[in-house]
Amino acid sequence: MTNAAQQKSNDAVSGTGSDDEQQYLTFIMAGEEYGVDILAVQEIRGWEPTTVIPNAPEYIKGVINLRGTIVPIMDLRSRFSLERVEYSPVTVVIILKVETERGERVMGIVVDAVSDVHSISDSDTRNSPELIEDLNTEFIRSLVSVDDNMIILLDVQRLLTIDRQVIDQAVDVVADTDSDKE
Amino acid sequence: MSIDLSQFHQVFFEESFEGLDIMESSLLALDLTEVDAETINTIFRAAHSIKGGAGTFGFMQVSSFTHVVETLLDEIRAGDRGIEQDHVDLFLQCVDCLRGLMSDLQAGSEPDMTQADDLKIKFEAILAGGEVIAEDNDEAGTQTGNSDISHASPDDSGEKGWKIEFIPCEDVLCTGNEPYRMFRELQELAEEGEGKGLEVIPHLERLPDFSSMHPEMCYMSWTIIVRADIELSEIEEIFEWVVDDCDIRYQRLSECDLSTLEVHQAVGSTAEVAEVEVEATVALATKNKEVDKITAAAPVVSEKIEKALEKVAVKKAPKVEKKAAAKPAENTSIRVSIDKIDGLINMVGELVITQSMLGQLGQEFDVSRLQSLQEGLSQLEQNTRELQESVMKIRMLPISFAFSRFPRLVRDLSKQLDKEVELVMLGENTELDKTVMEKIGDPLVHLVRNSLDHGLESVQNRTDNGKSRAGTITLNAYHHGGNIVIEVKDDGAGLNKERIRKKAIEKGIIGEDEHLTDSQIYDLIFQAGFSTADVVSDVSGRGVGMDVVRRNIAELNGSIDVSSKDGEGSTFSIRLPLTLAILDGQLVRVGEEVYIFPLVSIVESIQLEKSMLNNITGNQFVMQLRNEYVPIVSLQDIFNIDGEKKDLEGAMLVVVEGDTEKVGIVVDELLGQQQVVIKSLEQNYEKVDSISGATILGDGTVALIVDISGLNNKSSENKSEDQTQAA
Repeated sequence: MTNAAQQKSNDAVSGTGSDDEQQYLTFIMAGEEYGVDILAVQEIRGWEPTTVIPNAPEYIKGVINLRGTIVPIMDLRSRFSLERVEYSPVTVVIILKVETERGERVMGIVVDAVSDVHSISDSDTRNSPELIEDLNTEFIRSLVSVDDNMIILLDVQRLLTIDRQVIDQAVDVVADTDSDKE
Repeated sequence: MSIDLSQFHQVFFEESFEGLDIMESSLLALDLTEVDAETINTIFRAAHSIKGGAGTFGFMQVSSFTHVVETLLDEIRAGDRGIEQDHVDLFLQCVDCLRGLMSDLQAGSEPDMTQADDLKIKFEAILAGGEVIAEDNDEAGTQTGNSDISHASPDDSGEKGWKIEFIPCEDVLCTGNEPYRMFRELQELAEEGEGKGLEVIPHLERLPDFSSMHPEMCYMSWTIIVRADIELSEIEEIFEWVVDDCDIRYQRLSECDLSTLEVHQAVGSTAEVAEVEVEATVALATKNKEVDKITAAAPVVSEKIEKALEKVAVKKAPKVEKKAAAKPAENTSIRVSIDKIDGLINMVGELVITQSMLGQLGQEFDVSRLQSLQEGLSQLEQNTRELQESVMKIRMLPISFAFSRFPRLVRDLSKQLDKEVELVMLGENTELDKTVMEKIGDPLVHLVRNSLDHGLESVQNRTDNGKSRAGTITLNAYHHGGNIVIEVKDDGAGLNKERIRKKAIEKGIIGEDEHLTDSQIYDLIFQAGFSTADVVSDVSGRGVGMDVVRRNIAELNGSIDVSSKDGEGSTFSIRLPLTLAILDGQLVRVGEEVYIFPLVSIVESIQLEKSMLNNITGNQFVMQLRNEYVPIVSLQDIFNIDGEKKDLEGAMLVVVEGDTEKVGIVVDELLGQQQVVIKSLEQNYEKVDSISGATILGDGTVALIVDISGLNNKSSENKSEDQTQAA
């Protein structure tokens, strides 16, 4: 899987690589194609059982041992409020790595399947329509069409760091309702 | 000039802090009745390198402040002045002040100079008072002499400034010193003062034949005339790095009879010769050309260069500042002896050999070679263990790092409290993990302060009881099993059991008719809000201390005990694990998950029997364990683990003790005990309640480590929630 992606990325580099183009790794989830900046992808692995973290949000499946580093695994379907599916041997975990103010952060996301590597120029992307003020749309950076297919480009940084806020918000909500009771 | 000096700042700060530590400890070691020249030299050297470094990196506040300190030290060193207690006190204040300045600079903020300025004035007062002793070539002597002149007749001194004969040794360039740099600094000085600038006259008498000329040697010498109203010390500072191997003579311009005409002639004639030299020596060319330019038309050309340089400096400055702001002074480093590194490299070599051996074995494996496979594996195991040990050793530092602050602390405190105290430190070479070391500092300080304040009696009291006037506080560190034990011992009055008991009853911590063993009574002092000191001093006695000490130590997975004998003193022993990176753990199973309890917090593990169980308020159970009631919580509930609820009866219970309170935790099964390597969960995820970290088990899966004190808090929170709900 990694090799195939590597191969394709090489093709893309030698083919249409120009300065303002960025490469995106795309993956399939519930029939839609999503893309993440390929530079944020550390590796692609098969699904393996995780160690559950107590009282974690539903979409955090737990942590795995990635060569000595403890890496949390997020179920992207559950994060995006999509229907759950059973994990199978072909379920894929994409390990993402981003720089945050707290240092490097590594996290895995569970997706249905890895699809392709595309070179996409920034000028071709369109902002997503702001229809609904929804948490899930916050992760979407932009939309782009490649060969008549729409690809949703995700903001990896947000995807990996936002849970802190979400949890805080959740706590706030709980605290509010608590105080309401009193 | 394009080197970015800021990359060396961290090193400079570290070295300076070390230097300050050396200064402090040497000052404390000074015996005033018999001053050891070597000690003074050590202090002087430390101050000198801080000054030099600060000057190099442009921390002028530090270097100018250190300069006055150094001047006084220099006089003491030269024997021109005796050292007195006042001086030592003043120097110690300086060390503190410098430390403050340094930390400010390290944090990238503008240092607060008020204290430094005060101290500087004091120093200058002392120095001024000593002008009788120091005369001729001494810094202070000329300095004071200078001020005398300017006081007496500021106008008639004629030309202000200095004539400097600078005759460098031949290999001055090889030692990394650049005469041009010094000229440039002089130029800066000359412009700062009110004078008319700088003249540099080269002398080429020493210039050998072309054939015998070495390109890396400096054969020139210079006469420099600085026309500005500046102090000699400022000039000396510039030449400070070369003063040892160069011949430098200073003369006041007003005193020297060199006529202006002569100077100009000299400039004209020597410049020609200098050109010849420029052609001759390739290596010297660039440098000397620059010198030439200055010599030919010193004020004009060098002004231009100066401006250009200034521009560069201005361009550079904001960049550097930005960098400093973005990166706070968090990155700490560790100094490792080269032996340890060499050992590591050896071991890694071994590991590689074993690996290749095993690899070869794997390629052509058949059952007959099972024996050698096993041998290889056991070798691998041994290598790994050794490697692990040596890597851990890198983090180990001798405990003297933590002890070193105590001589000063005890000295200051004993003065403040008017007690006589002797501090004895033993086992200073005992090694301890750096992280543990950093965290044990404050609790230790607290214990020592306590011993000094409460433990030791006043001199009057001691002599009345037939004890020596001076009390003794002993700090001792030693290894014991897999732990390190640190003892703080005093030979004071010992803990007063009656008073502790009374106080505890008064505060409602124990009942009036409760009978406690001695150790139980001693244990009371670790309760929050407990203090037996009759008078609350600013040293201790507010009762916010000992419970914090115990909590801090518990955070390090350690424990603290106290023993005491009436009239003979008390001993506090802190027991700490050698490292925070590895922990002895008890593996337990709950549902399908494996959790790890730190072994130190486990009191006992028992199987619940019905007779032990009591039900209070619905679903809260307590267990009677000998004389105590211990609340029971289920890990399954706290962690919301799926699985069917089990009956409490017959369940496996691990009784743990976090901060103070005991809790019984229901688990499904006790698995083995093993040492586990602690991994951070926060790095990629975030802090999880009641979990202190994670580890990787032998089969490669992750197991979470339970944070016992967090769990304790949580269970008490739950309890209070239940209570409010019930209310």
